[in-house]
Parts: sequence; structure tokens; C-alpha cells
Amino acid sequence: MAQQTLSQPDEVSIKGASVRRGDKVFFNLARSAGIFMLLLTGSIGLFLLWKAIPSLQSNTGNFFTTQTWFPDSTPPLFGIAALAFGTLMTSVIAMVIAVPVAIGIALFIAFYANRRIASSLGFVVDLLAAVPSIIFGLWGLSVLMPNMQGFVEWLSTYFGWIPIFANPEEVYTKSILIAGVVLAIMILPTISAVTREVFLQVPRGHMEASLALGATRWEMIRMVVFPFGKPGMISASMLGLGRALGETIAVALILSAVFEINWQITEPGGNTFAANIALKWNEAGTNGLSALIASGLVLFIITLLVNMVARWIISRRKDYSGAN
Amino acid sequence: MSQIQQDLPVSSLELQNELKGKRLPRWAPWAVAGGAVVLALVLALVGAISGIPLIAVVAGLLFVVGETAWSFRVEGRRHATDRFATTIVYTAFVVAVIPLIAILFSVVQKGMAAFSLDFLTGTMRNINARDAGGGVAHALVGTIEQVAMATVIAVPIGILVAIYLVEFGRGRLATWISFFVDVMTGVPSIVAGLFIFTGLILTFGLERSGFAASLSLVILMLPVVVRTTEEMIKLVPNDLREAAYALGVPKWRTIMSIVLPTAIPGIITGVMLAVARVAGETAPLLLTTFLSQSMNWDLFNGPQAALPTMIWDQIASGTDTALDRAWGAALVLILFVAILYVGARIIAKVYAPKTH
Repeated sequence: MAQQTLSQPDEVSIKGASVRRGDKVFFNLARSAGIFMLLLTGSIGLFLLWKAIPSLQSNTGNFFTTQTWFPDSTPPLFGIAALAFGTLMTSVIAMVIAVPVAIGIALFIAFYANRRIASSLGFVVDLLAAVPSIIFGLWGLSVLMPNMQGFVEWLSTYFGWIPIFANPEEVYTKSILIAGVVLAIMILPTISAVTREVFLQVPRGHMEASLALGATRWEMIRMVVFPFGKPGMISASMLGLGRALGETIAVALILSAVFEINWQITEPGGNTFAANIALKWNEAGTNGLSALIASGLVLFIITLLVNMVARWIISRRKDYSGAN
Repeated sequence: MSQIQQDLPVSSLELQNELKGKRLPRWAPWAVAGGAVVLALVLALVGAISGIPLIAVVAGLLFVVGETAWSFRVEGRRHATDRFATTIVYTAFVVAVIPLIAILFSVVQKGMAAFSLDFLTGTMRNINARDAGGGVAHALVGTIEQVAMATVIAVPIGILVAIYLVEFGRGRLATWISFFVDVMTGVPSIVAGLFIFTGLILTFGLERSGFAASLSLVILMLPVVVRTTEEMIKLVPNDLREAAYALGVPKWRTIMSIVLPTAIPGIITGVMLAVARVAGETAPLLLTTFLSQSMNWDLFNGPQAALPTMIWDQIASGTDTALDRAWGAALVLILFVAILYVGARIIAKVYAPKTH
């Protein structure tokens, strides 16, 4: 580890006169690359803001509460209310499904599976992360959606008395629910990989002490593993949430882009920040592009915040970082 | 005490049971599982349920209820809960593997139907949505060129950042860089495309081209390359560095000729995984180069196709022949990604740094 390097000259001596020029050049090169990374993150936000301003100034509606999207008409009228709702709703559904399953997977690989095959099983789950999102979209649209129709119909028939499952028009495709299910599959590997790392760092002594006191395996997990791994589980879920919020193509293919806040998640409809940008990009005029950039800026800020909180939680417990 | 010891050889089994409490026999879960499957099949035969997914779900529910109830009767609440949790955990894993298998199965099955030598060598030039035929050559060339260019740009910068973080980084600047590298891994891919569009195409008049697409992929690759390289450089034993310093080798030469060569297999593995990741990105390409139906070898001029955008385009066409082509292109894309993954695994296995 870096901190244990004893004989390395520290920054002070690098700046000193006795240090060879090669070292100085190399140090500056490496540091500029690092600073470049910081500037890159900052400039993403700045450029998006700069190019979003024209449309925000010309907008005749309220950017945050308007549900329609007509940035290229005169006068322009658009807002992100419907997009924000769709993004949040699909992500929430994805989280509700993915978090328990991902924790189950992590538990399985860390504590239940045969030790010798556990890492291979982990690799199998990681493979899910390697499937490109366009293929998730293609599969979700032409394989999952027809096969899920029966289930969605059943859900809205027998649980239609719960308002969000009601489906008076009896069309069961292209819904927020299906998009949420596909998103859930996509974020599973993200959540389970981080959670698994945390579970593997639970002190052995704690677990063995608990088992020695007569706890069953589940009691050991509930009383030792979960309390220890809680921050890790939260931050893993937030990383998954960040993924779900920003996912574009799979959602764009599945949802039937409607600019309306509709709580009935089994009906066709819904739209998200990212999907809307991909769908509207090529038909957008100058002001339309600017409006899409404005919505992209909102998405960037939201995902940035979610990721920062997640990383902050993880960095408070240094043992979690992948470094060891 | 003496009583028990005297009896031990005779009835050790009984004693064990007395101390441990009653447990279900080892074969119990299998027996319940068998019973549940048989019962579900009987229900299917009499017509109460139909369809393989539903039969599987019913069998699963019967198993959970049956095993938990039996365990509750014999072993008590705590062990019943434990068995219930075990079933749930196993189910979670199966639930995750099902979509993976289903996706790979669909892609291979439907992709093979469209797959042929002509498909690999042809382009979509003058092919309408309803026509059969057409190919992926133009998209494959685009993907390879764009990803190669992105790699050429992202890898040196990423390695330099990693070197800074491990070999030089102290203090606040390094902490911030490290933090934002982590945060950058979560930037949505469409935002990367938006950034290149606003920052370079709108502001500096860069043409929409394969190169612009490469630059948006660089944004997505950089943090991954930095992270994996950092991990690999950290694995290089300090003895090697100290030996070099002792011989009077300057630090930069130590890094270039000792640290990096030692870590290079791991770095290559990480880079290949990053490449596999960005090769499937669609959204940034839609914003920075959009589509093309014909072959364009020139990365720097004019729109260029790529496998993901081609799939997107074919799905949007909506005809059956176009959908067949979408699956064919999906198979090519999956194979491309799979080759990179397997290659990365092999390199990691063969050249794994010896840490002891």
C-alpha cells in the first residue's frame, strides 16, 4: 500500500533542487493528468449549464412543474415534471426488486455457496453487467414484454384495487412496471458486487463467536453480518440507484414516451430524462437541443449527488474500498 | 456425569440427539422438493395451472411452505426461520441467473437465424427496412475504430492519473481526485454524450463523427482505467521499488521500467474490461455521430455506424426483417464483448502478478 512506502521521497524533496529534472517532469505530468480528471468533472456541469441557459430563458412554462415538452414551438413551453416522475418511478420499482435480490445473491456467494465455486458464481453474476444496455432493451422489448403480459394482466385484475396497479384500458405493454423490471435486472450486478465485497470483510471472529453461541446461520447473518455491512449495503444500493436513474437505451425502447404524470404503473406511458434525450435528439431544433441539455443537466446533478453520497458513506469505512 | 460416560459407547447417537434437539433428516429438503414438484405437476395435469413459469412458481411456493412447516413442527421456530432464509437466498441467486441465461439464449438463438458470412461482410447501403439481407460490416468497422481510438486516448491519461494517485499522491488534491474518479464511474453514458456535444461540437465546431463518439467513450472509460490501474500498481511489492532506489535509479525510471512492467498484465486486463464496457454503449453515440447505413472507414469525417446504434436503428424500423438484423447485430456485439472478456480472463490468469 502507498502509505507503507518508506524510502520514497515525499513531495517536499521532489520540489527540492537536488531532485533530477526527469522526476520533476514526470511528477508534473502525472499531476496534470490528475488535475485534468477534476477539471473534466467540473466542465461537464459548466458546459451543460452554459448551453442550457438559452432555452431556460425562452421557456414560457415553469421548468420544474410543466408536464409538456414543446421547446421548439413559439412560444416554447416545456418542463421536466413528467420526466422527473418517470425517472423516479422506474428507478424506485427497480430498487424495490433489485435490492433484496442483490443482497440475497451476495449472501449466497459469501456464506451459502460452496467455497470452491463461489468466485466462479460471482463471475457469472458479473457477466450480467457485461451485457450491453441495447441488448437488454432488445430483449426486454421483444422477449420479456410479451412474456410478462400475462403476469401484468393478472396483477392488475386481482390487485387493481390498489390504485397504482389499476389498468382500466386493459393494455398491458410498454409500461413503467416493465421498464422497472428490466432496470432491476441491469442494476443487480452493481449492487450485489459491492455488497459481496462488504460481506467478505465481516470479521471471521465475530461470525464464529455467534455460531459458537448456538446461533443458526440466519441468526448469525442477522446479528453479525447485517449490522456490520449496513453502510456498505446502503451505499451499494445508491450506486445501483445512480445506474438506474441514468440508464437510457433500454428504457427508451420499452416505454411509450408519454408526457404525463401517470401513477398507474401497469399502463403504457412514462418517460425518463435519459430516454427522452435519446428519443427527441434528432427531431429537436436549436431551442429543443438546449432544452434537452437542460434536462440532461438535471440528470447529471441528481446522479452526481447520489454517487457522491454513496462514495462518501463507503469512504468513511476505509476497509470497504476495494484496495485491500 | 459418570452415568453418561458409562452409557456413551452404547447410546452415543441418542445422547447427541438429546443435546442438539430434534433435527430434520438430511434428505428432508430433497424429499420436500420432490413432493412439491410432483404436486405442482399433478395440479398442471388436472388443469389448475399451466405454463412452465407458473408450474415452477407453484412448486417453489409448495416447497417453501412444506419445508418451513415441517421444520417448525420438528425443529422449532428458530430452525424453521433459518431454513426459510436459506431457501430465499438460494432463490435470489437463481432469480439472477435466469435473465442472464434467457438473454444469452435469445441472442444466440435469434441471432444465429440472421448470421451468415454475407451478414458479416455486407452493409446496410441501399437496403430498406423490409428487404432481407444487409450486414454489419460498416457497424463492426465503426465500433472497432471508435473503441480503439477511445482506448488510445483514455489509457495513457488513465495510467498517469493512477500513477499520480499511488506513487505521488498525498494530501488534499489526491483525495479529491480519487473521490471524483469514483464519482465519475457513475456518470450516465448519455451525459458523456451531451458533454462532448456541448463542449466540442457546439462550442468548437467539431464535426459529428466517429472521433466525437470516441471522445464520449473516453469519458466513460477513464475512471474505470484509473481504478483498475491503481489497484494493480498497489499490488507491486515495495521491495522492487526500494531495490531500484538503492541502485540510484531515479523515481520516474523506477516507475516506467520496474513498476509498470510488473503491473502491466493486470492493467491490460482492466483496460480490456473497460473496452468491453464501452463497446456496448449506445446513447453517447446517438448524440455524437448518429447513424450511417454505409461503410465509412474515416473516423474523422462524416457519420459513422456502430453495432449498438445499428441495433437501435433496426429496432426503430420495426419490420420483421429489420428485427432479425437487430438480433444478428446483437449476436455480433455479444461475441465482440465476450472475446474481450475471455481475453481479459486469460491474460489475468496467465500473467497474474506473484504476490508473496
